[in-house]
Amino acid sequence: MKEGFRQAMAWLHTWTGLIFGWLLFAIFLTGTLSYFKDEVSHWAQPEVRRHALDPVASLGLAQRYLESNAAHSGSWMIRLPSEREAALNVGWRDPEGGRRGFVRKDLDAQSGQPVEARDSRGGDFFYRFHFELQMPYPWGRWLSTLCAFIMLLGLVTGIITHKKIFKEFFTFRPGKGQRSWLDGHNAIGVLVLPFHLMISYSSLVLFMYMVMPASIMASYGDTSGYFNDLFGRDEAPKVANVATPLVPLAGLYAKVQEQVPGARIGFIQVQNAGDRNARVTFTQSSADNVPYQRSANWTFEGATGELLKQGAPESATMMTAFSFAGLHMGNYAGPWLRWLYFAFGLAGTAVIGTGLVMWLGKRQLKHAKQERLPGELRLVEVLNIASMSGLILAVAGFFWANRLLPVALQGRADWEVNTFFLVWLAALLHAVLRPGRRAWGEQLALGALAFALLPLLNALSTGQGLNASVPAGDWAMAGFDLTALARGLFLAWAASKMLRPPKPAAKRAPKAAKVSPEMVEVQ
Amino acid sequence: MKRSAAGLPLSYRLAVVSRSLAALLGGYLLASLVSVCLALLLPLPQVDATLTGLMLSFVFYLLAFIWCFACRSAWRAWLGVLLPSLVLGLLGGFAYWMKNP
Repeated sequence: MKEGFRQAMAWLHTWTGLIFGWLLFAIFLTGTLSYFKDEVSHWAQPEVRRHALDPVASLGLAQRYLESNAAHSGSWMIRLPSEREAALNVGWRDPEGGRRGFVRKDLDAQSGQPVEARDSRGGDFFYRFHFELQMPYPWGRWLSTLCAFIMLLGLVTGIITHKKIFKEFFTFRPGKGQRSWLDGHNAIGVLVLPFHLMISYSSLVLFMYMVMPASIMASYGDTSGYFNDLFGRDEAPKVANVATPLVPLAGLYAKVQEQVPGARIGFIQVQNAGDRNARVTFTQSSADNVPYQRSANWTFEGATGELLKQGAPESATMMTAFSFAGLHMGNYAGPWLRWLYFAFGLAGTAVIGTGLVMWLGKRQLKHAKQERLPGELRLVEVLNIASMSGLILAVAGFFWANRLLPVALQGRADWEVNTFFLVWLAALLHAVLRPGRRAWGEQLALGALAFALLPLLNALSTGQGLNASVPAGDWAMAGFDLTALARGLFLAWAASKMLRPPKPAAKRAPKAAKVSPEMVEVQ
Repeated sequence: MKRSAAGLPLSYRLAVVSRSLAALLGGYLLASLVSVCLALLLPLPQVDATLTGLMLSFVFYLLAFIWCFACRSAWRAWLGVLLPSLVLGLLGGFAYWMKNP
């Protein structure tokens, strides 16, 4: 660290990248999948049928269902079907049932009857994993937020290291081993740099109340005061204990449409249902605006249908914070923008992956003549394989389990998750037992098979394969199958590169060694 | 990479550990105190001042990290995060005392 500022930053970039790279790769890959959370869930629960959207009819069905099945509970939730979510989801507080005292049911949007869908966490598993890392609360959130900060640091130190950033962007030298990896790393990194900066900084904004609590404590004394100010919450009135029927929710929906014509409604909350003091709150769908908006909700008197209040307006500072949150989650994105998010997410995953491969590649060159790698380099190699191709296999394992586990199996959703981790563990063991290049090749080849065959498995097990989903216009289902197929082909290409013997390795090593003095500085 | 494999003296390794701790813990302290001072002192509504402090704190965490690895010695790294923290701590403490006498 005596060498000067750029070298010091290159050192920091290299070592933080190595230590956090494996975890960051997993966070980026599962986070990228989460942009298609609802579509993955739709694939994972093919029993839920898609119907034309009709919010008024859906509200009537939900209200009828809740009044006859949840009359004993005072607190209801309704999530309306949307372009992305097929089911009409209802829920109610019930201390005796459900997860955390809350019962949820998916209703068919046309018949209003509960759908007996297979028990699966679907896209929600990947979404949760990308910021909770399957760890107990709140440790996973802390660790993933630290990773996000390290990512931001990696971007800034990376920019400082490659100060000739635009010149380097136009330098891509394919087929040159180590050089090509560096060029690829830089080109992808620069191309999607604004996205990377946004996504890592916004993850900090999402969890800043948790990781930087000191100022909230100093200013408010506790977090509830801060949240009340931020979200403009207020308490529901006390139960009057006078039974009073709820007005039809469809009528309230019409009143919201008068306020904001064309507003899509995300969810509806009913407090003190069936009481004279009932309150109904309609919240606009987060698909309608880029920032989260605390003002986009309307509260009605449940007994009379009178509009009581709209959410409080946001200050400029709030809009800034809420915009970062909205940009990160991308709920506002339509299909094309969503695909762009997905592509950028994959690019971020690739930047992390190429960085890890390069770290090892540079150091392997020094040991090209030896038969065995030194222990610490071998450890990095094994972790690289397990964290990258192993994770890809684990994701495939989750989807295969979703189609192959018997629908009646007890704790089925948990077994899907267990399969994910067992496959990941098996990939780690495989990487330990096999030599590096073989392990890469074999895992990528298996991944290629597993993904390329998913559409076939889907067709055979549910009858909703591409031959059915494309004519029916079910693009979430068809899109999943086609993406799996594309990923299978990509993995097959990567596997074929790895399984072929490295042709000019001996010739290339000295050449690369010649360029390495300058690269050692930027190691 | 022989240099990183075996040839480094213990003192260098300890200095790296010391810098890392200065960045991780000292930097966090600095960032936290920046957010406290901004939350208490900015002439904005309470929630806006708190939000601004929270959002800017990470910029200072980042700068502290860069400082801790760019400066000439591990001692300077600690000094560079602890001195401003001390000043901010006094400032924040005074502001807190004014608001909650």
